[in-house]
Amino acid sequence: MSRDVYSKPLVYFDNAATTQKPRIVIDAIASYYTLKNANIHRGAHFLANLSTGEFEDVRELISRFIGSVEKEEIIFTSGTTESINLVAQSFGRKFLKRGDEILLSELEHHSNIVPWQMVAEDVGAVIKVIPVTEIGELDLSEIDALLTERTKVLGITHVSNALGTINPIKELVRKAKAVGAYVLVDGAQAVSHMRVDVNDLGCDFYVFSSHKLYGPMGVGVLYGKRSLLEQMPPYKGGGEMIKTVSFSGTTYNDLPYKFEAGTPNVEGVLGLGAAIKFVLELGMENIAIHENDLIQYATSQISAIEGIQFYGTAPKKSAVLSFNVEGLHPYDLGTLLDKQGVAVRTGHHCAQPLMEKYGIPGTVRASFALYNLKSEIDVFIVALEKAVKMLKA
Amino acid sequence: MSIEQKQKEVFAEFNMFDDWMQKYEYIIELGKELPLIDEEYKQDDYLIRGCQSRVWLHANPTSDGTMHFTADSDAIITKGLVALVVRVLSGAKAKDIVSADLHFVKDIGLMEHLSPTRSNGLASMIKQMKLYALATSAGKN
Repeated sequence: MSRDVYSKPLVYFDNAATTQKPRIVIDAIASYYTLKNANIHRGAHFLANLSTGEFEDVRELISRFIGSVEKEEIIFTSGTTESINLVAQSFGRKFLKRGDEILLSELEHHSNIVPWQMVAEDVGAVIKVIPVTEIGELDLSEIDALLTERTKVLGITHVSNALGTINPIKELVRKAKAVGAYVLVDGAQAVSHMRVDVNDLGCDFYVFSSHKLYGPMGVGVLYGKRSLLEQMPPYKGGGEMIKTVSFSGTTYNDLPYKFEAGTPNVEGVLGLGAAIKFVLELGMENIAIHENDLIQYATSQISAIEGIQFYGTAPKKSAVLSFNVEGLHPYDLGTLLDKQGVAVRTGHHCAQPLMEKYGIPGTVRASFALYNLKSEIDVFIVALEKAVKMLKA
Repeated sequence: MSIEQKQKEVFAEFNMFDDWMQKYEYIIELGKELPLIDEEYKQDDYLIRGCQSRVWLHANPTSDGTMHFTADSDAIITKGLVALVVRVLSGAKAKDIVSADLHFVKDIGLMEHLSPTRSNGLASMIKQMKLYALATSAGKN
């Protein structure tokens, strides 16, 4: 995307909310509707076979992209939120009972809090929370006290959306496994920035969204270990997820279709496939290097602004710069940056418990993607200086 | 002065500005100038929750059906906008507030602040002011 806002070239630094889409993703969607549109997995005609084949190819691509053992372990959902709800409801109702504990962290997005609260209330489970240190890292000194044989699930974000902190997932999974807990990792903010290997991480579930990974909106992924997915009951009923239906009883389809009721978002899945090919072609390592350059540069440039306060300064962090300027409200800064053509996110970033911990209404968050440039950071810094000057005048 | 006249007055003031900067400098100034609400009303009972900035609103109707409002916000731009809305509506008759069309926000090019996605509490504040006015005018009938 390249366009003007308020007669200024747009600088888009709200990539943690959603990324812009490369041409090949838009083309893949257009091509689907121009040449391939048919309902998949049914009908033996040419188009149905073509689109079914491409749809299933993307499943396989994703399986390789995140290192799962089999492609049947990849379930398409509408997004990270639905993926977590699916696990909370389906896994939660089957495996959780009164008094069991669900361990989350203060870094979690509301999407990885509320679904667990809902199932906890239903089954009588208890939510526990890993605290966060001043610099925005998980306080691992508490972990041994929090992870006990009562812990059944650890729900943890791979990368914090509000601060950018990268969590030590492998170590957490190892500790969780030692007490027999299952682990769901929220990868929404991770997959576009780094190579993810679920096999290496050892987690039971890994979830992410297409639209934060240069793909279209309305598609998400749930990876789950086959042994668990097979034991879990379907989450939604409908077509596609059944083997046979009669009014005396219905038998459910095999994985992954058991969890994919109804006509799926075919255009979205094909678009996501194009997006994954796009990042793989660039190379996840190259993307990480470029984004690391951007965050280092932005951090050093912005440090010169008087009264700047950073939130999330963990040594291991992704391309997110969360900050406030002393005495100024993030909404005011965001409004004046917007008027100068710079799109950032302001507010609590759907992480109210975290903002409460820091005692602030929110932060200004600039989040970078592979297409951002240092020259855009220069524009952003000048705009920020002007905003601060106007507000402090 | 009627609500309509006040809206025209605000429009005339903003018409003097050439660009967005002057406009926002003026809004910021309005926000800074006005100690809008008594501390006793700056608490949760009077809070209108926006997603990003918080707005407090207190309504004080007099016996003749005139509404007096005071308000405040923790964000300075929101506070400036709040000051404008209070200026236009405060002192008007309850029944006039209920039926008022607040076109001045659009006229001065600040409509974006009323969009629900903006979540600055301003749209909710206007709705709440109308509800207070409705309650007052219903009480009078």
